[in-house]
Parts: sequence; C-alpha cells; structure tokens
Amino acid sequence: MSIDKQDVQKIAHLARLALTEADADQYQHSLSSVLSLVEQMQSVDTDGVEPLSNPLEMTQRLREDIVTEENRRDAFLANAPQTEAGLFLVPKVID
Amino acid sequence: MNWEVVIGLEIHTQLSTKSKLFSGAAVGFGAEPNTQTTLVDLGMPGALPVFNKEALRMAVMFGHAINAEIGMSSVFARKNYFYPDLPKGYQTSQMDHPIVGKGYLDVMLEDGTTSRVGITRAHLEEDAGKSLHEDFQGMTGIDLNRSSTPLLEIVSEPDIRSAKEAVAYVKMIHSIVTYLGICDGNMAEGSMRCDINLSLRPKGQKEYGTRTEIKNVNSFRFIEKAIYTEIERQADILEDGGRIIQETRLYDPEKNETRSMRSKEDANDYRYFPCPDLLPVVLTQEYVDGIKATLPELPSQKAARFQSEHGLSEYDANVLSSSRAMADFFETANTIVADAKLTANWVMGELSKLLNQEQLEIENAPVSAKAFGELLVRIKDNTINGKTAKDVLQAIWNGEGSADEIIEAKGLKQVTDTGAIEAMIQTILDANAAQVEQYRAADEDKQKKMIGFFVGQVMKASQGKANPGLVNPILTKMLKG
Repeated sequence: MSIDKQDVQKIAHLARLALTEADADQYQHSLSSVLSLVEQMQSVDTDGVEPLSNPLEMTQRLREDIVTEENRRDAFLANAPQTEAGLFLVPKVID
Repeated sequence: MNWEVVIGLEIHTQLSTKSKLFSGAAVGFGAEPNTQTTLVDLGMPGALPVFNKEALRMAVMFGHAINAEIGMSSVFARKNYFYPDLPKGYQTSQMDHPIVGKGYLDVMLEDGTTSRVGITRAHLEEDAGKSLHEDFQGMTGIDLNRSSTPLLEIVSEPDIRSAKEAVAYVKMIHSIVTYLGICDGNMAEGSMRCDINLSLRPKGQKEYGTRTEIKNVNSFRFIEKAIYTEIERQADILEDGGRIIQETRLYDPEKNETRSMRSKEDANDYRYFPCPDLLPVVLTQEYVDGIKATLPELPSQKAARFQSEHGLSEYDANVLSSSRAMADFFETANTIVADAKLTANWVMGELSKLLNQEQLEIENAPVSAKAFGELLVRIKDNTINGKTAKDVLQAIWNGEGSADEIIEAKGLKQVTDTGAIEAMIQTILDANAAQVEQYRAADEDKQKKMIGFFVGQVMKASQGKANPGLVNPILTKMLKG
C-alpha cells in the first residue's frame, strides 16, 4: 500500500508539522513501507483472537480520590515564555 | 411541508470527585487560575495518568440508573486535536469500549404521556482547560484548572422528537445525577452542558436529514429556545429548496439564534487510538453488583411510591420527586403533618412561590421542613386558616420564630367559639339593618349573592380570624331571623 504526497501533507498538518518538499518525499516513502508492513500483518487470520488494547497482561490500577498535589503555579509558570495574571499566554486563538 | 424534527443529545456531566480524573489535583469552580494543576494536567513529558477510583464508581452507578450494560472491560482512547487549552494534544476519552453501554430512560412529558429515549453509551473523559480571549497584550490566556476534570458524556439515540421532549429528557438526567450525588447539577457553572444534534425530515420519511450540532448549551431554557430557532432555520432553508450543511453551530441567547462556528475542514479527524499510558479497566461482577446495591431510590421510583404510599396524583408525585431535596423536604414535613395532599399543595404552591421570588433552591430555604410541617399542622387543626397561614409562613421565613410562637405573638388564632362568632354577627346585623331587610325580602338566588357582603363584614370585624367554615352556617341561620 502506498500513500500520495497529499496524504503526507495532510497527516503533517494534523500533527502541526511543517514539511519541506524533500521531507515530504522521504516520508511518503517511509510511511508507505510502514503501511505495507501493516498490510502484511492484516493478512494473518485472526478469527477467534481477542482484540488487544495493551500488550501488558495487566489491568489499570486505581487511585483513591484524594487531593495529593499542592498549588505549584509559580514553578509551572516559570517555564512559560509569557504569562499574565496567573495565566499562560499563547498567540491569539479565535474559534 | 410538514417536518419532523429528529434530536439526539450529548450531555457532559462533571462528576463530583474531590480530585481529577487522572491526577491528584483538586477539582473546584472559581479557584485562582492555574492553581489546581499538576504535571499530568499540563501534559508534561513523562507524567503519567492514574485513574480515579471514585470516577469509576460514579460512572458505574449512573449505568445502573439507566438500566445499561456495564462495560466489564473498558478502554481509554486518545482523541487527538490541537488547541492551546489542551496541552497534551489529545483528550483522554473512551471510544470502542465505554464504561456504560446501551441503556434507556422513560421520560414523562407535560401532557402526561411517557416516551422512551434510548441511551447509546456513556463514557468517561477528561475536560480541557479554559481559553480566555480578553485582551492580554493581544494574546490568549490559558487557565488549566479545569484540565483533567472528570466528565461523564451521556450520548442519547436520535429518539427525541420535540424541544419539550428534549428538555424533559435533560431534566430527568439532571435529576438522576443529582439524586445519585455524582454531579452537583450546577448548569450555570458548567457542571452540565449539552450538545444538540438536530435534523429535519418530511413527516413519514425514514431516512434522517443532514444534521447540525449545537455545542455547549447550558440551561434548560436555552436548550428549548436553541432547538426552536434551529428548527426554524433549517425549515426555512429546506423550504427554499436549499441544503443543510453538516456543521457545528453555537447558540447565542442574546440574539436567540444559532450561528456557524468557523471550523476547519478536517477538524473532526480525531484519529482515536487506545491510550498506551492507561491499561484496560477490568471490573468484577462482584464490584458491579456491589455498586448496584448502593443505588438510592431514583426519581421515578420515588414518584411511584408517592402515589402508592401517600395517594398523591401522578402530577404532584412527579413534581415533588424531580429534585431529591424537594422530595426530602416534602417527606420530612409530612411525617409531622400526616396529610400528604395538604403538604404537597403547600410545598408546590406557597413555598415554591417564595423560593422563586427569592431565587433560592429548596435546600437553602430559610424555613426548615420541620418548621414548615408545624405550620401546616395548625391549618389542619383549624387553628388558623389558609390565608393567615401565608402570613405566618412569611414570618417564619423572615426568622420571626416558629409557627406557634408567631400565631401566639400576633394573636392570629382562628375564632372557633360559636358564641363569640354569634355575638360578632349580631353586632353586624344590627349595624346593617337596611341590608338585612333587603336580604329577607329577596328570593333565594339573590340571597346567595347577597350573603357575601355579610361574610365580608364578619371577616373584617374578626381581622380574618373567624373560621369561615363556622361563619357561613351561623350567618345563614341568623339572617333568616
């Protein structure tokens, strides 16, 4: 299975990645070979096999409903390029 | 053209846990921005989520309340999209294996009929943060306190056929989650938000029309109004031969219209996949049954009991059981009054009127159920009449004391001494000799109309305290002469 350049650009856009033409060529090639591998795996007969959502033979551990974390706003905001009034500032989003 | 509206609802209910769905940060409305966040909520690399036990219990409880299949092995999935208030780049949600599967609710409509609304699923997911678009140096401010707050998203089948039915369904969900104590139900603070999927089709047609989705409507009234205005908009387009575009819309309560949210063409390409940071949540039958045993009496069960045990009408029983606080108030008061109809009338009438006036919920009423019951006892035993009782209720409301204290202090006790009433009537008859003459000369029909004058005089003379049940027969007898 192969994908075209447009697919590559779309996937890149969904992941908010900017690709050069040369990058796109390379990804088209490498993603296509990944998909070929998937295709090959899909030809295996899986009738009667339970779908697996996690390879570990374990189940989710649960946490008691207790507040264990304190306010560390100053430390968190210290990493941000711009802050104001306790908020992280980001380029204006309109939606 | 005769159009049929088809509605499906997605209701996001915020679960009342103390801590977040996947972290130990506090959950709460109105805290200072970004003071209730952790590395997990901020999406820091390497920070791993751990699932909150209580959120699981609440979801399973809801599943039981809507007669649903419980997902014995449920899986968290990543819903991928980019937005600054979602720093991880994905929302942890559930896709193929939700915690609550197919269920249903029987919804009572205003005309007394019941309709069954199917519930497709209810899944656990985390909320995103908040974007504040006020001017911060021309930038957007991000508050991540709400990030990872636990939500249960309840998805209905497209079974709803009118705005009224939609509101009745949402009210019922509201009443169930508050009965269960799994959501505070505060719609103004966003604890319950509703997305409305709506399409029209010609009556009799089987296929659904193209639908639109109205996002984040957060009051019963707005849900109803948004549906009416969207039906009108779609009908106008269809009748002009146009086509409905499948899109997300916003309801603007001020203009009472829905408008298109500008959305990118691939905005809905969420690329769900199982979350590798979280393992499958596997439940035992023992756990699921154990939760079922803790279910409180639900609104519909309570309504049925109010009818069978207290002899209330279906309407009264439904109104009283719609909120757990009101139902408890009614039952507590009625243990003192022991007259369910009287108690029901006064809770739904005078008390509700005062609550509306002051815009208070019954749990915050300044009159306790006990004080209220003691007042109604005084109506029941004829100490005071209904009219006086309204004044006494107002006085209790204002903190002037108990019913008995107020009745005593203000001398409101109804006059039930027949001798005293006779004497009062005699004085009035003497003072109004001319009217008495006219009355005696009139025929029976006219007399019935004229007696009101004398009753009025007696009530006035007694300052409303004469027992009307006694005044009427005595007066009639004495007027005969």
